[in-house]
Amino acid sequence: MSRNNKPKSKSRRKFLIRGGLGTIGLLALGTYVFRNSIRRSMYELGETMVVPYSGTGTEANLWFEMTKDNKVILHSPKVEMGQGTFTGFAQIVADELDVDIKQIIVKAAETATGIVDGMSTGGSLSVAQLFQPLREMAATMREKIKQEGAKKMGVDAAFIKTADGVLSAGGKTMKYAEAVADVSDWSLPDTPELRPVSSYKFVGKPVKRIDLRAKIVGEPIFGLDAEMPNMLHAAVIRPEHVGSSLKSADTSAAEKMPGVVKIIEKDGWIGVVANSFPEALAAKNKIKVDWDIPKTWTEESLREYLKIGEGAKMITQKEGSELDPDDGDVISLEFTSPIGAHAQIEPNGAVASVKDGEVTVILSTQVIGVTQNQVAEALGIDKGKVNIIGTYLGGGFGRRLNTDHAVHAALMSQEVGKPVKYIFTRKEEFQNDAFRPPTHHIVKGKLNGQGQLDSLEHHYASGDVAMNSVIFPSAMNSMMGSDVGAMRGGNIMYNKIPNHRAVQWHKTLPFATSFWRSLGLLANTFAIESFVDEMAMKAGKSPVDFRLAMLGDEEHQNRIRKVIEEAAAKSNYSDKASGNRAMGFAASVDAGAPCAQVVEVSVVDNQIKVEKVTCVFDCGLAVNPDQVIAQCEGSIIMGISASLHEKMTLKDGRLFPIIYGPYDMALMKNSPKEIDVHLIQGVDIPLPVGEPPLGPIGAAIGNAVRRITGKRLTDLPMVLG
Amino acid sequence: MKITFTINGKPATVDVDGHTPLLWVVRDMLNLKGTKFGCGKAACGACTLHVDGEAVRSCSYPVKYAEGKRVTTIEGLSEGDQLHPVQQAWEEEVVPQCGYCQPGFMMATAAMLEKIPNPTDDDIDKNIVNICRCATYYRMRKAIHKAAKIKAANG
Ligand code: FES
Ligand code: FES
Repeated sequence: MSRNNKPKSKSRRKFLIRGGLGTIGLLALGTYVFRNSIRRSMYELGETMVVPYSGTGTEANLWFEMTKDNKVILHSPKVEMGQGTFTGFAQIVADELDVDIKQIIVKAAETATGIVDGMSTGGSLSVAQLFQPLREMAATMREKIKQEGAKKMGVDAAFIKTADGVLSAGGKTMKYAEAVADVSDWSLPDTPELRPVSSYKFVGKPVKRIDLRAKIVGEPIFGLDAEMPNMLHAAVIRPEHVGSSLKSADTSAAEKMPGVVKIIEKDGWIGVVANSFPEALAAKNKIKVDWDIPKTWTEESLREYLKIGEGAKMITQKEGSELDPDDGDVISLEFTSPIGAHAQIEPNGAVASVKDGEVTVILSTQVIGVTQNQVAEALGIDKGKVNIIGTYLGGGFGRRLNTDHAVHAALMSQEVGKPVKYIFTRKEEFQNDAFRPPTHHIVKGKLNGQGQLDSLEHHYASGDVAMNSVIFPSAMNSMMGSDVGAMRGGNIMYNKIPNHRAVQWHKTLPFATSFWRSLGLLANTFAIESFVDEMAMKAGKSPVDFRLAMLGDEEHQNRIRKVIEEAAAKSNYSDKASGNRAMGFAASVDAGAPCAQVVEVSVVDNQIKVEKVTCVFDCGLAVNPDQVIAQCEGSIIMGISASLHEKMTLKDGRLFPIIYGPYDMALMKNSPKEIDVHLIQGVDIPLPVGEPPLGPIGAAIGNAVRRITGKRLTDLPMVLG
Repeated sequence: MKITFTINGKPATVDVDGHTPLLWVVRDMLNLKGTKFGCGKAACGACTLHVDGEAVRSCSYPVKYAEGKRVTTIEGLSEGDQLHPVQQAWEEEVVPQCGYCQPGFMMATAAMLEKIPNPTDDDIDKNIVNICRCATYYRMRKAIHKAAKIKAANG
């Protein structure tokens, strides 16, 4: 993929769209609104709400482009990380614009187009956020095309019919491209009434992914596939020890290595620019670095640092009274989860060109606007001169929210006067990730005389997830009080328990931690739902009935009830082990999307194996049911991987392992041979689908293992023996 | 040193340090970007391609060993517009999510089917040991069985 490294001009013929998008001033609220009501609404936002799209390019929007061969290009403010987002967008646009899905091309918008997402591609929110705006924009555009066509065809727009990108009236036809070929006045008609979703041809159907063929024939669509003319290659040295900084370096041997163009020492890192990537790597290995290591962190010192009772305390949920610590009937269990790595297969990297005061960077990023700001700031160049081109992502999972490598690549290009492509080694990926923070949980509860939970409390400690991240800057900390990312899944979802609360303890860790697919949901649900299961056993009740009895009558609670009942029915759930096999049950609700899972687990020679998973998921309107199911399958196996395999460890101040294999992940052989997914439409809007199904899996596995072995496993990853 | 081999049926000669991993020769000198870099240590399989029909992790395969051999990448797996049975099955089952690992998996599968035309689940578990972070394994397994059927039907 060879790209012109000049920012593209904005003068391409485009549809201009006005308005239509709600912008909420989430980040513009300011810190002075330090009030509880705001905090509460932040919690609800983290828990249940779909945040509206907030980006630039909403006033005089430049989203659509018509090509001469009658295709529509949608410039998307969101990127495609693998969730099928572009396909969902194409379905929505095709239905309201009356074109065939094959006529739609979706491209990630470059910042130079003017469309810059204010937040990120993340939270599995893309389709949910843009469903309504895209319908409205496409419908408005269809009316505009009709008006223009009517003038050319000499008919009344009211008599024009539209289908497959063609206007027809009174025996005459005209392609959309022809109708708008020389339009200069892009003032738009009012948005017409939208069609009922039930009448859509594409939305709601299992349409094949529009990027399928490209991904099957190996087209160069990813960030690391990008090239620029006369490009050089770079490798970078970053700190290996947690909290360390660069003292001095001996680069003399490296300078003599073949192919080396320049060695660049910057604040805290050293770049090696060479003619090829293998040459850059070989030279990098010859550099001797002296590090300043103020403290040697170990797993023990980390656990001592991060635990309940330490750091900032915030009550994130409070109903009824607190448990009395001296009450002898209170049962309590302690849980932990480890540091998790993103381990996406495409390493980070960027191709950058700095020339004549203009910058172009091509990379896999979830935060194109943030990347643009960071590069502009680091180089002292006006933002308008910095074009960021986002590609398809070889996996996101939250890892592409941190794109300081775009800055590194741009600074190196500036130094050598040529485009530079910088690629992370796998060791850099593992040691310099912004990790899923480790967590510590204490869950406490008390049964009443009828064997129902009278009290349930979740106390949890976590490092930064949303706090101090690029999309929630530190100014937000004081406003939020707690980390809304760490809180995901941390509150109790069973409204009918008379006394329930959740208490968060927060600390910033000595290494970077951030968003990891589903944020706090996986570990929080593991703790709460394992405990609930234990209480059901103690009460001598079926874990399904036990849960159902704790749900209230509100609409939201009914939707949770439904997934629990369905999962029990579809899986023929039984809480009795048979030999070395048993079923495990768990449920969670995340971003307003409830999910229940039943796993069938076997234990042979202390090896835990997930044989089958039944998943019932209320995802609202499934724009593409096949891809929602794919997200469930992927989340379930990624959740198995996190629950039974993955773990980063601090040893002598460094994070290990630094390579796949030792960083144990679920492979083909660890994946269940049966995954049975059932979708429920509990509300008529699309909900986030890429993360909620990660919730129940860990607890469900633990609950099955408890029934086979009698052991309650409380630490992730779960290990027997 | 000069090294000559065929790449997707066409002759190629490169002048490069013989220790250079075949991956970088294929990606950066021959400009075939379908073969991916994931770890550089033979640990993920993203860089899998065929050398004389054998699946090889090209990030850890010095280019000098390719001298005189046939190298096939994902770009050469199909014949023109006619997708390989593995690619057909992958498309029918809609396997890829982010897609980054998929060429490596398809190459590993295509090589396996040459040796084991009708693999059992066990064969698949033992032979397909690449890593997919999007965890598309469930659909991959279905696609592998389907590819075996398509291949058998093609004769
Ligand atoms: S890149 Fe070769 S095995 Fe990972
Ligand atoms: S499809 Fe994303 S890593 Fe496999």
